[in-house]
Amino acid sequence: MGAQAPGAPLLAARGISHAYAGKLALDGVDFVLRAGEVHALMGQNGAGKSTLIKVLTGAETLQAGDITLGGQRITPTSTLDAQRLGISTVYQEVNLCPNLSVAENIFAGRQPYKSWTRGGGIDWRALNARASEVLESLDVDIDVKRELGSYSVAIQQMVAIARAIDISARVLILDEPTSSLDNDEVEQLFAALRRLRANGMGILFVTHFLDQVYAVCDRITVLRNGKLVGEYAAADLGHGALVAAMVGRGADVATPAPRSTVEAQAAAPESVLAARGLARRGAVSQVDFEIRRGEILGLAGLLGSGRTEVARLLFGLDRADAGTLRVQGDDVSFRDPAQAIDRGLGFCPEERKTEGIVEDLSIRDNIALTLQARQGLWRKLPAARVRELTDKLSRLLDIRAPDLDGTIGTLSGGNQQKCVIARALATEPCVLILDEPTRGIDVAGKTEIMNQLVELARAGLSIVFISAEIEELLRVSTRIVVMRDRVQVGTLERGCSEDDIYAMIAAAPAAASTSAAAPAAASASAAASANAGAPPGGAAS
Amino acid sequence: MRLMKHALFWPILTLALLIALNAAVNPGFLAIAWRDGHLYGNLIDILNRAAPLALVATGMTLVIAARGLDISVGAVVAIAAATAAVLIGGSLNLSGVESASEHPLWLAIAAALGVALACGLWNGVLVVGAGMQPIIATLILMVAGRGVAQLITGGQIITIYYPPYSYLGNGYLAGLPFAAVLAATVILATALLLARTPLGLYVRAIGINPVAARIAGVRARPITLALYGFCGLLAGVAGLIVSANVRSADANNAGQLMELDAILAVTLGGTALTGGKFSLAGTALGALIIQTLTSTIYSLGVPPEVNLVFKAALIFIVMLLQSAEFRASLLKIARRGEA
Repeated sequence: MGAQAPGAPLLAARGISHAYAGKLALDGVDFVLRAGEVHALMGQNGAGKSTLIKVLTGAETLQAGDITLGGQRITPTSTLDAQRLGISTVYQEVNLCPNLSVAENIFAGRQPYKSWTRGGGIDWRALNARASEVLESLDVDIDVKRELGSYSVAIQQMVAIARAIDISARVLILDEPTSSLDNDEVEQLFAALRRLRANGMGILFVTHFLDQVYAVCDRITVLRNGKLVGEYAAADLGHGALVAAMVGRGADVATPAPRSTVEAQAAAPESVLAARGLARRGAVSQVDFEIRRGEILGLAGLLGSGRTEVARLLFGLDRADAGTLRVQGDDVSFRDPAQAIDRGLGFCPEERKTEGIVEDLSIRDNIALTLQARQGLWRKLPAARVRELTDKLSRLLDIRAPDLDGTIGTLSGGNQQKCVIARALATEPCVLILDEPTRGIDVAGKTEIMNQLVELARAGLSIVFISAEIEELLRVSTRIVVMRDRVQVGTLERGCSEDDIYAMIAAAPAAASTSAAAPAAASASAAASANAGAPPGGAAS
Repeated sequence: MRLMKHALFWPILTLALLIALNAAVNPGFLAIAWRDGHLYGNLIDILNRAAPLALVATGMTLVIAARGLDISVGAVVAIAAATAAVLIGGSLNLSGVESASEHPLWLAIAAALGVALACGLWNGVLVVGAGMQPIIATLILMVAGRGVAQLITGGQIITIYYPPYSYLGNGYLAGLPFAAVLAATVILATALLLARTPLGLYVRAIGINPVAARIAGVRARPITLALYGFCGLLAGVAGLIVSANVRSADANNAGQLMELDAILAVTLGGTALTGGKFSLAGTALGALIIQTLTSTIYSLGVPPEVNLVFKAALIFIVMLLQSAEFRASLLKIARRGEA
């Protein structure tokens, strides 16, 4: 094991900048990992976490800045090279061979051989003995001769870690190792991490689960938009402050938009969409909300909190296995998006390129596609009707295209996004579900789309609006549902502040130290529905 | 040149060149005469013989356009032929009276087409329902189908003596070969269906981006299933024509390698194997090109033993000519020569 004095800088990166095709993903980031610590690397999607890890492990070539390991400058050229230097990585997906034995997996490619005097060949006895030894050091006691695939994912993860630390015992990088583990398994993993930490290893830990950060990490480095926000001792950084550091509240917004753009509607319009205890194993649970005519329901939460999963359940892309969904008063259960569309739902998916546009079709065909699909095979929309409809919608949403008969692939991202929204609007839905409609669009385009949403809601459309940017949610939402760790943790009415949302995201469930246990979340949800102001966990100062 | 940009420019040019080559070698190639109450000539013969392939390739075009593939069509041709032959059955009637069919002709035809449709739907279920890779799903029937056909014929080559049946493959309608008229009608009807209903739009959307198409509300699964069924059905029609033409059903050789000729015809016609972009007219031209190629080999008097090598070489040249990249590099070389 690494014999570094605890607290001494082990792996240090200074001024790391990295660009993909001219786009800066990391901008002068400093990062220090000390011996004998577990260090969390936090940040939202696109913050630069994976890029930093790739640079540290040699998966990406170092472009600017320098990396030192134990005081020596290194420039790892491949992950194999980094391993040889002493930096091992374990990824979210276990990438070992399930059909080989545990011991074979640990030693594949570097198996011990018998000397030629003993006949040569692989020294199975030594191999199995050493494998048992390494696993025992992690407090894992299993039969190393059994197939890896016969063990649980948690054990497989342990085997991956065993392989990593046996190859090089100085720096261990764990990239979201807990996303597929249950609470007991996470605890087992953390016990192993604490053991390794005591041995002086430096561990870099990436996760989206805030509670886990506090359960096991000593230090936290936060990145945002490719820049370093800061390095903190975990004990000094509250939940709320951590979330605020990650999402960069208030930082990038020059002129805060006027709150409450949506005027109060006439008293209690009819309910259009209601979810009661909607859940799907492994995706989300406890989804509970109601939308009335003309309301905009915001869905807030960090990446991986289950926002998109909720949208998929609502639209019939995934099937719920518990709870009920009502559309305009009728209980529904969709097997297919087409059924959801028939029932008056419209959806604009998060991934514009892969799930939204049909690239080689014309703009007109793209916009008319959903309506045409709903009309069925024997009622083709006349060309004149398509032209009229697409002209009208492109005017309404201000789609800027040189020629609506050109292919959609030639448009800018923002205009493509508007086309996908136009496609959903063409069926005149009663509920429009928008998953990150403003992602990857410039500021002007964002404002435009937001204004249009408000207009549409005024005209009576109900909207489910998912966004990672809480500013946007606050600006337009009638009500905000907050998600964390794939559970709905509460609902906030209009008039709430960013702090309320952060507090709710950050609030640690009373009992659980790891990912939110369902009963705890349920009580949190109940408390929050009564319009909680500041739950425990506290807002950032 | 704008003409060269047209999608059908290269298939048409290829066909014209092949016909010109034939005409140069055999001055009588282009001649068309009226004989025994119908048109007669090499070109008419090509139309007649290209009919089964054109039908099979039409079904294949739609399956490929929706990101699929069906390599079992050759086997389905054999199955349909065997089914019809067994139901018509019959033996040579020496009394000089016209030999009869064991079952009514319509029943034999309906049964053959029904079995072919079922074969296509089977493929569709494997792809859509079981989520298998199209090439693997249809490979099953490609291999097993010949066995099924042998089972139906009892391992024999069944000779069909019933004259009305052979009309399908050798008869004439209004002076034109019936098979060619039938194929043209089917292709035209399919093209009309695709153009007059949103089916063409659905198929293109599924082929370009199946995930987005589903989210947009296109019922991709039933549509894909139907396309495989249609592809099987057309292979069945081709099976009827093939068996009627040679008045027999040969489980081992009917429709042999037809799946590859069909894919070739689809490709020659400008349909992208990656899905989304397709042309039925191009496919029909592709089928004609392949049949003309075969005729060319005969008219040039190529000895049978080098027949396949010669065909391979011609196909190679044709494919090179149709490759935009190859033409671009040819142009580059030509320009460098000028400079």
